[in-house]
Amino acid sequence: MRALAVAATFGVLVALVVVYFIFFLESGPAAIAATRGSDGSADLTLQTVPSYGHHPFPDWVSYMAKDPQGKWEHTTIFKVPAHTLIKVTIYQYDGDSGLRNAFLSGVSGTTGDIETINGTVEHGINANDAAHTFTIPDIDVNVPLPGINPNAKNPCGTAPCSLAEAHNTITFSFRSPGPGSYRWQCFVPCAAGFLFGNGGPMQTIGYMSGLIEVS
Amino acid sequence: MSEAAAVSGGPGAEPRHGVRIATIWAVATAIVLPLVIWVVGPHIPPGAMSQQTRDQHQVDVVLTALATPIVLLIWVYFGYAVRVFRNHGTAVVDGPPITGNRRIEATWLIATSALVLGLAVFGTADLLATGGAGGGEGPNPVAKPADWRGALPVQVIGQQWLWTFRYPTYGGVETTTLELPVNREIEFHVTSLDVVHSFWAIELGVKADAVLGADNIAFDKPFETGPFQVRCDELCGLWHGHMNTTGRVLSDANFATWITNQERKNAALTKQLPPYSRVYYPSPLRNAS
Repeated sequence: MRALAVAATFGVLVALVVVYFIFFLESGPAAIAATRGSDGSADLTLQTVPSYGHHPFPDWVSYMAKDPQGKWEHTTIFKVPAHTLIKVTIYQYDGDSGLRNAFLSGVSGTTGDIETINGTVEHGINANDAAHTFTIPDIDVNVPLPGINPNAKNPCGTAPCSLAEAHNTITFSFRSPGPGSYRWQCFVPCAAGFLFGNGGPMQTIGYMSGLIEVS
Repeated sequence: MSEAAAVSGGPGAEPRHGVRIATIWAVATAIVLPLVIWVVGPHIPPGAMSQQTRDQHQVDVVLTALATPIVLLIWVYFGYAVRVFRNHGTAVVDGPPITGNRRIEATWLIATSALVLGLAVFGTADLLATGGAGGGEGPNPVAKPADWRGALPVQVIGQQWLWTFRYPTYGGVETTTLELPVNREIEFHVTSLDVVHSFWAIELGVKADAVLGADNIAFDKPFETGPFQVRCDELCGLWHGHMNTTGRVLSDANFATWITNQERKNAALTKQLPPYSRVYYPSPLRNAS
């Protein structure tokens, strides 16, 4: 009888641990699928916000993504088709904090190695003007995003930000690689309140880095 | 049976276990050691792509060959003890008390001291002879290869989570790929822009920590063209496992073409870079923190 009680207790503990790990593994941000365009390309619309404004880390800087229904979601995991032109639009609402490595102020890996910033074609920006980057190291895509004017009168406070608030609009496109999971990240140390800006949102999937799932 | 009869080897005397074990060990070593050196040896990493990997391979073979008789001695003694010294009776009795054996103790001390000191001399001589054996030596290397004055300097910059490479003798151009000329001494200057990383060019036999504010120099001389893997070998944060790339050793002509293309392609970007320096500190310091 005693052995049975011990075995039952052990079984319950094991079950709790298993449930915890399943919950942990399933607790990541949901993936957003790119919207297929009529010309065979796929569209990805993102925004960068200076502070997420919601649980669990309202003060953290973050990326967000628009789902096919037009709703902003807090995720950094994107699904895109393989070997397809991916057209990206990023609404950038954060102020500049500068790149650690100025080498990443140049655009690379995009169509024509260019980005457009508020409609103007650019090959790069001043390294100190960067608020964030959108970088996929494995396929050499790097796009620096300039910060908004520090004197802007209507900066965004809480995500999701609206187009009425101060922002820069950055567009570019790149060709997706073969199927696989590719890490992307921001290379500006933009985590306010952390040593040299490298902690918190820079170290957490769902804020300043994520995955591009190519299938 | 009298004690004198047992010692003299009379009927019922204890066999000479030491001689038996030594004989079995010698036979096993004579069989296994050549297999380790000539059959397993050629497959011991890290290969032969550079002078450093060839040397590391040779050292690995020597150390494995030296360890083989020791491992065999342990295994033979263990097997012999299990087979011969097991208690066949039901009563558990203590063995005879051991009060020390000066000859065994002296042999053990002399043999192990000679082995350790010999390996220390061997290792030190090898480090000096091979320009540091591919390891990071800090900003003022003691062990330099003979032709270090003609070495190509290449700066390796670690950052969360990417390796970039600067070529100071080519205008300080920076790249995300590491390409090297064959048969030329390379002088890696390894540093970091944030946390501690570790630059590991596996097939080149180079490993050096990348530390903010430190210039860690490692030498290498590739002998073969082809790809090699670069990884970070220091747990450095969320995407540490993705901090890898593939480098290439090129012929002189191909390297010249590649570096010329990089200079041209990145000309505008190179102007934005800070002047080449052995270390870089986070700048601007107003970064989000």
